[in-house]
Amino acid sequence: MNDTNLNLWIIPVLPLVGAAINGLFGRRFKNGMVSAVALLFTAASFAYAVWAAIQGTHLGLPHNEALPFPWIVAGNFNAPFGFYLDQLSTVMVLVVTGVGFLIHVYSVGYMAHEGGFYRFFSYLNLFMFFMLTLVLANNYLLMFVGWEGVGLASYLLIGFFFLKDSAADAGKKAFIVNRIGDFGFLLGMFLLIGKFNSLNFDAVFNGLKGVSPEVGWGVLTATALLLMVGATGKSAQVPLYVWLPDAMEGPTPVSALIHAATMVTAGIYMIARSSPIFSRAPHALEIVAFIGCLTAIFAATMGMAQTDIKRVLAYSTVSQLGYMFMACGVAAYSAGIFHLMTHAFFKALLFLGAGSVIHALGGEQDMRRMGGLRTRIPVTFWVMTVATFTIAGFPPLSGFFSKDEILWRAYLNNPVLWLVGVITALLTSFYMFRLWFMTFFGDLRLGEVDIGEDAHKAHAPVQSQHSAAAHGHGDDHGHGGVHESPWIMLAPLVILAILSIVGGWVGIPEALGGSSHFEHFLAPALVTPETLGAVQQAAEGSTELVFAGISVAAALTGFLFAWLLYYKRPELPDRITARIHGIYTMVAHKYYVDEGYSLLLIKPLLALSKYVFWRGVDQQIIDGTVNGAASASRGIGNGLRQMQSGNIRSYAAWVAAGGVAVIAYMIWWGVGR
Amino acid sequence: MVPLSWYLVLSAILFCLGVSAFLLKRNIITIFMAIELMLNGVNLSFVAFANHWHQLSGQVFVFFVMVVAAAEAAVGLAIIIAVFRTRETLNVDRVNLLKL
Repeated sequence: MNDTNLNLWIIPVLPLVGAAINGLFGRRFKNGMVSAVALLFTAASFAYAVWAAIQGTHLGLPHNEALPFPWIVAGNFNAPFGFYLDQLSTVMVLVVTGVGFLIHVYSVGYMAHEGGFYRFFSYLNLFMFFMLTLVLANNYLLMFVGWEGVGLASYLLIGFFFLKDSAADAGKKAFIVNRIGDFGFLLGMFLLIGKFNSLNFDAVFNGLKGVSPEVGWGVLTATALLLMVGATGKSAQVPLYVWLPDAMEGPTPVSALIHAATMVTAGIYMIARSSPIFSRAPHALEIVAFIGCLTAIFAATMGMAQTDIKRVLAYSTVSQLGYMFMACGVAAYSAGIFHLMTHAFFKALLFLGAGSVIHALGGEQDMRRMGGLRTRIPVTFWVMTVATFTIAGFPPLSGFFSKDEILWRAYLNNPVLWLVGVITALLTSFYMFRLWFMTFFGDLRLGEVDIGEDAHKAHAPVQSQHSAAAHGHGDDHGHGGVHESPWIMLAPLVILAILSIVGGWVGIPEALGGSSHFEHFLAPALVTPETLGAVQQAAEGSTELVFAGISVAAALTGFLFAWLLYYKRPELPDRITARIHGIYTMVAHKYYVDEGYSLLLIKPLLALSKYVFWRGVDQQIIDGTVNGAASASRGIGNGLRQMQSGNIRSYAAWVAAGGVAVIAYMIWWGVGR
Repeated sequence: MVPLSWYLVLSAILFCLGVSAFLLKRNIITIFMAIELMLNGVNLSFVAFANHWHQLSGQVFVFFVMVVAAAEAAVGLAIIIAVFRTRETLNVDRVNLLKL
């Protein structure tokens, strides 16, 4: 703790102010005013974050500060509104505000013809607020607030076109699946409270100092695993990844910002942040690595058979997140965060570029109807080319360095992980170039390919709530014609393309003539098994070079396959899929995981809820009791009402009967006993 | 000497006659007379006990009852006249404005 106060709370609160202004008054604003407010506060937040980061380098990091009033105090448990700036959160804050700002700029162009403009920007700013709270919090509880908040913003934005059932359902799915993970996170926090009586990073990490790694399965392993469950939900890992592909129902900038660049990386951030816990729980690390590895290859294979351009990118995101998970699992947190950063650049670029393509085609999302866009939308084509080569891992683009770093560290840990990683890299390269060739080469097939019912659902014809703008985009660019996007959309693309190219150069490993600057920068914020005294494997520069060569070869192989199948001989894929029809159908249906979940979990749960809890407990027991009491009293009242007939002689008869009854009682049972 | 029980039996018979008349008769004046009959049946048991136990309180009580009965007769007859003026009947079954 040091004396300087950076007022870090300003960073998240700025977008909150923007969200509040747009949310409360935006309905009356013109679109220009709405975007001005949204951009101003996001830009201010970015500027302040840059300033804070520069100040941070002069201060001794980690810099820890709390607002002067308490938040939750219960006995000796205390959770402040505290903010924590170290190397890790610096990187995250800069990525979130920087990429976030660019995507805000892009959205101004992309959403210009959509209804609910102010609502969109209000949600987007709200998301920025929660995401910044998440990465800046100095305790798990405040982080959890941000964690839930980004989930909320994600839900709101996925369901932005709420008149479309599929969008509303996708929003609910994302929220509910995340809830499962959040439950694990909560339990993990309870364990932390039990062990350290605090959720503040300082207290927890200081409490862990001097604790040697657990040999077996202990409290730390359990905590780490529960936190990991939280991370699998947020970061879309097996088995909780199913919500992310469906989340593509949201507007494309949302997919870029929330479901590619920032929110889904929260799980990775959380694991890296908790590195003192994870590094002391080797079993948990193994499981993290396994899950990451499984997710990476599983999602990559599914990405190969998708035809919706955004879904390809969605599975690619899941797969890349798997890489980051794997990096965390082999305790190469800095490599994971490095990949997180470069991924934020190139995946945001891919999504925004895809958005630009969709915009150009007036809402078309099916790649089978695209093609030949190379010359028609050249700027988009070039930035997409950069992004595609980056994600495929060609040097010297950023994706190469970060992915290679992960693969190298995976090899040092376990060659099997490395092998799967390389195969995934090959698949990644293949499906990305498949997307590239299908979209930009050949002839435009817009409206030609009759794909039938299946594709009809996927391509989401109505992007807008306003029937007047049924095609969503391009109203004033002339209907139907393929057109390049306006500059307000292209400028962020170009900036992101530059970042995708140079972004990796901060972390060039020593073996490739760099200085591993990024890793050294992050090192103080992370605790790896090596810093805890584990023996570091000998890493020879020349070996690393060979491995870099292998990953480039894998990327090249993927490129060649895609070139052969989707450019040179475009009739081949159909023949091949016909040959392996069974496998293809399985992959195209995403291994029937959704169907499996539906059958195994959702249907039984719904049946249980419907027949036992609703029809049984609620309707029979609870409603039965209440209604029974009501109808019983009504029945009794109805009976008693007959006595009050209004007929004098019947009253008299009642009196007489009463008298007789009293006398009878006296005679039979006596008086005064 | 006449035993106490005879008085009580007579008293009970008078009272039951009063009750039955009260329940069965429809004419409001007859009902009124039935009430008087019940009161007097009770009065008879009061004086019978007073005589049996040689205590005057029973006799005094009867005076009170007769005073109340007289007052009640005055008020009751006035009400009956009022009812007859408005409803033009003395049949209690027709005096049923409060009926459901």
